[in-house]
Amino acid sequence: MNLFEITNLTKVYRDRTVLSIDRLSLERDRIYAVLGPNGAGKSTLLRILDLLEEPESGEIKFMDGQFIKAGHKSYSIARRMCMVFQRPLMFDTSVYNNIAYGLRIRKRQRREIEESVREALSFVGMEDFANYPATKLSGGEMQRVALARALVLKPEVLLLDEPTANLDPHSVQILEAIVRNHHQQFGTSVIMVTHNLFQAKRMADEVILLVGGEVVEKSAVETFFKYPADKRSEAFLDGTMVY
Amino acid sequence: MIDAIQVLAQQQSEIFEIVLLSLLVSGSATIFSALIGIPLGAWIGLTTFPGKGVLLRIIYTLMALPPVLAGLLVYLLLSRSGPLGSAEWLFTPNAMIMAQCLLVTPIITGLSAATIAGKEGIIYDHARSLGATRVQAVWTVITESRTGIIAGIMTGFGRAFAEVGAVMLVGGNIRHSTRVLTTAIILETRQGNFEMGVALGIILLILSFIVSSIVLLNAKDFDLGEV
Repeated sequence: MNLFEITNLTKVYRDRTVLSIDRLSLERDRIYAVLGPNGAGKSTLLRILDLLEEPESGEIKFMDGQFIKAGHKSYSIARRMCMVFQRPLMFDTSVYNNIAYGLRIRKRQRREIEESVREALSFVGMEDFANYPATKLSGGEMQRVALARALVLKPEVLLLDEPTANLDPHSVQILEAIVRNHHQQFGTSVIMVTHNLFQAKRMADEVILLVGGEVVEKSAVETFFKYPADKRSEAFLDGTMVY
Repeated sequence: MIDAIQVLAQQQSEIFEIVLLSLLVSGSATIFSALIGIPLGAWIGLTTFPGKGVLLRIIYTLMALPPVLAGLLVYLLLSRSGPLGSAEWLFTPNAMIMAQCLLVTPIITGLSAATIAGKEGIIYDHARSLGATRVQAVWTVITESRTGIIAGIMTGFGRAFAEVGAVMLVGGNIRHSTRVLTTAIILETRQGNFEMGVALGIILLILSFIVSSIVLLNAKDFDLGEV
């Protein structure tokens, strides 16, 4: 079953077209790595999927036939997805309140919130940090709280915008394990923007390469790295791409 | 200093009355200004509209409005021949509150707008991504900007509490009626009662410190605990 079916999607900032996708289908229960040089439109694609930005034209069909269209915001699907940003913002309160935020705005019962937050803290290995001020955490810990804050909502789609870009190798390993475990346990579909080719190899089922806002290649991870189908993919992989 | 304390002890009840009126007038002016200034600042900080830059420049200019000019404007409004003359507020605490509102509202509005605009994008996006509605996301931006907003309120209260020109003009410094700490200091100084003037000045500073401390202590609890 398709997760997203994107057709004729364009996004323009001022006079510059940053995204132009004729057709792209993403399936459920998979981990996608979105690769590409800086300015390729990777983050913009994620922001459009998460309904944080509207496209200029085109449409995106979500799982059960609902649409994200230009000029028409389908907020009913917004709560089925969640994004973790490259530099996560911690609300100026405790770790517990940060993780409980999404549940509280959904008006969940206090007991359910307590259980879910405890479960999420345990999932990211931060059980002892519940009452700690979130803004005082280290970068890696903040990113784990940001993940817990998203995962506690049990999203059907998890959008990750370079979530490990500023982390040390140990923190990267922890975060990747959390995402992989959640994907395996709950079948969460994951779309992850990354500049780390090794991470894409480790994590993804499929790779999407964006260059200049266009989809150059979408293929299984092994195929992409071993037998890239496009010259631009080859150039991107061996570092000779000029942009 | 000892002279000042002795003078204070001799005139306890009148000083108490002056202190109470000072707190009432400046406190009310700050509350009314906050009720206008915070939503207005939030709106300016969160939205984009033609003329926003001009409006912000006007607000920033009004932040430096001379108290005497604010007093004069309120005086003209409330004088017998003025548009609000029928209210008969001139030389009453109401007129003093009105004049101080004119001084404090731009401060709270301007500082709230600047704080919220500086944080708006990233907080709003995070809140929306976590499933917040527009209203919930805006409320989140406001609560996360609370340090700047509270700083604005405290700056506004400080200006109102220490201000003398406007309250002198529209209040008249009438004993047992519109005399506040600042106008009392002026009077005592003019009469050569410097000990009393200094003593009232110290009271003004202590009260300002106490009010700031109470607000800042309570501000710590004002977070996203309940959305």
